[in-house]
Amino acid sequence: MKRRDFLGGMGAVGTAGMLSTPALLASSGRALAQGADIPVGLLFSLTGAVAVVESTLHDAALMAIEEINASGGIHGRQLRPIIEDPASDPATYANRARRLMIRDKCVSVFGSYTSASRQAVLPVTEQRNNLYWYPTLYEGRECSRNVMYGGAVPNQQQDDLIPWAIENFGPRFFMIGNNYVYPKEENNYCKTLLAKYGGEVVNEEYVPLGHSDFSSVINRIRAEKPDVIFATVVGDSDVAFARQYHAAELDPSQMPVVSLTRSEVEVKAIGGEAAAGHFSSAPYFMGHGTPENEKFVEAYKSRYGGDKVTHFVSEAAYFQVYQFKAALEKVDPANITPQTIRDAAVGLTLNAPQGEVLIDENLHTHLWPKIGQWKTDGQAEVLVESKERIAPRPYAAYEGQTCTGEGLVKA
Amino acid sequence: MDVIANQLFAGLSMASILLMIALGLAIIYGAMGVINLAHGEFVMLGAYVTWALQTHVGIGILPALPIVFIAVALVGLIVEKAVVQKLYHRPLDTILATWGIGIILQQLVRLGIGAESRFVKGPEILSGNTEIGPLIMSNYRIFVIFFSIAVLFVTWRLMTRTEFGMKLRAVIQNRDISECYGIESKRIFSITFAYGAGLAGIAGALITPLFSTIPTMGTGLVVDAFLVVIVGGLGSLVGSAVAAALIGEATALFSIVINDTLGRIAVLAGIILLIRFRPRGLFPTETRR
Repeated sequence: MKRRDFLGGMGAVGTAGMLSTPALLASSGRALAQGADIPVGLLFSLTGAVAVVESTLHDAALMAIEEINASGGIHGRQLRPIIEDPASDPATYANRARRLMIRDKCVSVFGSYTSASRQAVLPVTEQRNNLYWYPTLYEGRECSRNVMYGGAVPNQQQDDLIPWAIENFGPRFFMIGNNYVYPKEENNYCKTLLAKYGGEVVNEEYVPLGHSDFSSVINRIRAEKPDVIFATVVGDSDVAFARQYHAAELDPSQMPVVSLTRSEVEVKAIGGEAAAGHFSSAPYFMGHGTPENEKFVEAYKSRYGGDKVTHFVSEAAYFQVYQFKAALEKVDPANITPQTIRDAAVGLTLNAPQGEVLIDENLHTHLWPKIGQWKTDGQAEVLVESKERIAPRPYAAYEGQTCTGEGLVKA
Repeated sequence: MDVIANQLFAGLSMASILLMIALGLAIIYGAMGVINLAHGEFVMLGAYVTWALQTHVGIGILPALPIVFIAVALVGLIVEKAVVQKLYHRPLDTILATWGIGIILQQLVRLGIGAESRFVKGPEILSGNTEIGPLIMSNYRIFVIFFSIAVLFVTWRLMTRTEFGMKLRAVIQNRDISECYGIESKRIFSITFAYGAGLAGIAGALITPLFSTIPTMGTGLVVDAFLVVIVGGLGSLVGSAVAAALIGEATALFSIVINDTLGRIAVLAGIILLIRFRPRGLFPTETRR
C-alpha cells in the first residue's frame, strides 16, 4: 500500500467518524425529549462544613423523588435524580449547577442551604433560564424569576413572634447573631417591628461565623438583664451558645432565647436539658400533628434511622419536590421546560407537613408560622399557631419595594 | 466593675482552653520543628473518643480522660511512624503531609460517625456556678483552668526532671551528637509526638461540654493554637502559658469594650505588631539546629 493511499483511507474513515458524531448527539437529544425519564438535579453538599445540615436536605428531597417514582412517576415518566456534591464551596455550586443545567439538561435543580451558595447559583440559573428550588428560610431582599423559595422570609417568622414576645416577656431585646447578611437583615426587620409595638434594642451584637466562646456575650447579657434574647446564631455557634447559656444558669423563664434558626438538628446537639424552655419561630416542627407530617416523619425515620430528626428546612426540601410534581402534572408533556413548570407552579396549593402551602406569584411560599417551646426530649411544643397562612413579603423591611410576579417593583 | 471582673475570669477560662490545645503543639513544634497541621484533628478525635465512651460505654468525661489520652496518643504514634518520621529532613513537606492527614482524619470521622453535631454531657459534679460577690464563675470552667495548670506543670516536670526529658532536650540541641552518645532520637521523637497528640486529645475531651462536637471543630482551634505558640516563642512551655493568658485576656477585654468580631481583629493586629518587634516570640529558646 502506498503511503498516500493509506493517508487518504484514514481521512475517509476520519470523516465518516466525524459525520457520525453529530448524528449520535441528535438522536440522543430526541430520545431525551420523548424518553421516559425527567432529569432533575440535586445540589446539596454531602461533604464539607455545611454537610451537617445539607445532607439531611438531600435525604429528604431524594426520599420525595423516590416516593414519587414508586407511585408511578409523573405522566407515567420517572424522575431521574442526578446527584452532585458541591462540597460546601460556593464556586463549586455554580460550577455543578451549570453542569446539571447544560450537560444533564435538568429542567429543575433542588439545592443549597446557605445564602452564599444560593447567590453563587443565581447568575447560572438566570442565565440558563432554569429553575432552582431553594428550601431554606432566608433574609429576603431577593426577587429572582428563576428561584423557587420554599422557606420563610423575615415577615413570616417575625410578624407573630415579636408582639407575642413583647407581651409575654417584656420590651427589652438583646440581639445576638453571626456576622453575615442573614442575621443583619432579620434584625433590621425586627427593629421596624419593635418600633411599631413599643419595644427597644438594648444591645445588638454579631460574632464571627463558627465562633465558639460566648463567655463575653453571656457576661454582657448578665449585665444588661434584657427581657428577650433575640438569636440568629447559626449551626455549631448556636450549639455552643446554648450550652454555655445553660451552664451559666441563666433562667429561660426570666430571659428566654427566642431563635429564628434553632431547629431539631441543633437541639439534638445542644441536649434537651440545655435547650428546654427556650423558643423558636418556624413554619414547621417535627412534632406537628398533621397526617402529612406523620407520614413524612415515619417514612424519614424508617428510611434513615430512628434517631434522625426532621426540621423546618428538610420539610421544605421534601414538599418542594411535591410542588415540582404538581406543577409538572399541569404542564403539557410535550412541552416541559423550566418556564412552563414555573408558570404552572404559581398559585399551586399543596398539603405539606406544616399545613396547606401556596406558591405566590413572586415565587416565594405562603406558610404557617408557629412558635414552639423546646422540651427536654428535644421536641418543641407549639404554643402559638398562626391563624392564617402568611404571605411572603421578601422586601418587608424596605418601604416602597415589592417583589411581584413581574420581579422587583420600586415605588 | 462587675463586668470587668467577670470578663477577667472569662479571659482566664479562654486562656486555659487555649493553653490545653497549644501545649501539645508547642512540644511537637518546639522539640521537633514539625509544623503539625493535623493538630486540630487530634483535638477533634479526642472529642469524638469522649463522645463514643459516653454514649456507647457510659463513661463520663472525667474518668474518660486517661483513655482519651492513650487513644489519641496511639493515633499520633501511628501517624508519626507512618508519615512524619520519613520527613524530618524536609520540614516544608511535613506541613503538606500533616495537612493531608488532617483532612483524611476529618473525612474518616465524617464517613464513619456522621457529619452532624454530637452531644456530650458535662460532668454532673461540676455543674453550677460559684459566686463570689458579683463574680459568677462556672465550676466547670474553674476546673479546666486548674487542670490546664496541672498539665503544664506535669509537662514541665517531664521535660526537666526525667531522663526522657533530658534526652529530648539533648536531641533538640543537637541531634547528631546525641545519637553519638547512644540516644535513640527516632524513639524520642515518636514518644514526643504521641505525647503532644495525647494532650490535644485531652483538650478535645475537655471542650466537648462547652463547644459543639463536629468533624470540622479542629480547623479553627489549630489557628488559635498556632498563635499562642508563635507569640510564646518556639518550644517554650512558659512562653506558651504566658501567651495563652495574654491572648485570652486580650480577647476577653477587647470583646467587652468593642465586640467579639472587632475584638478578634484587634487581637490579631496586636499579634502582628508583636511579631514585627519580637519575631521569635516572647520567650525564644536558644537552640542550635
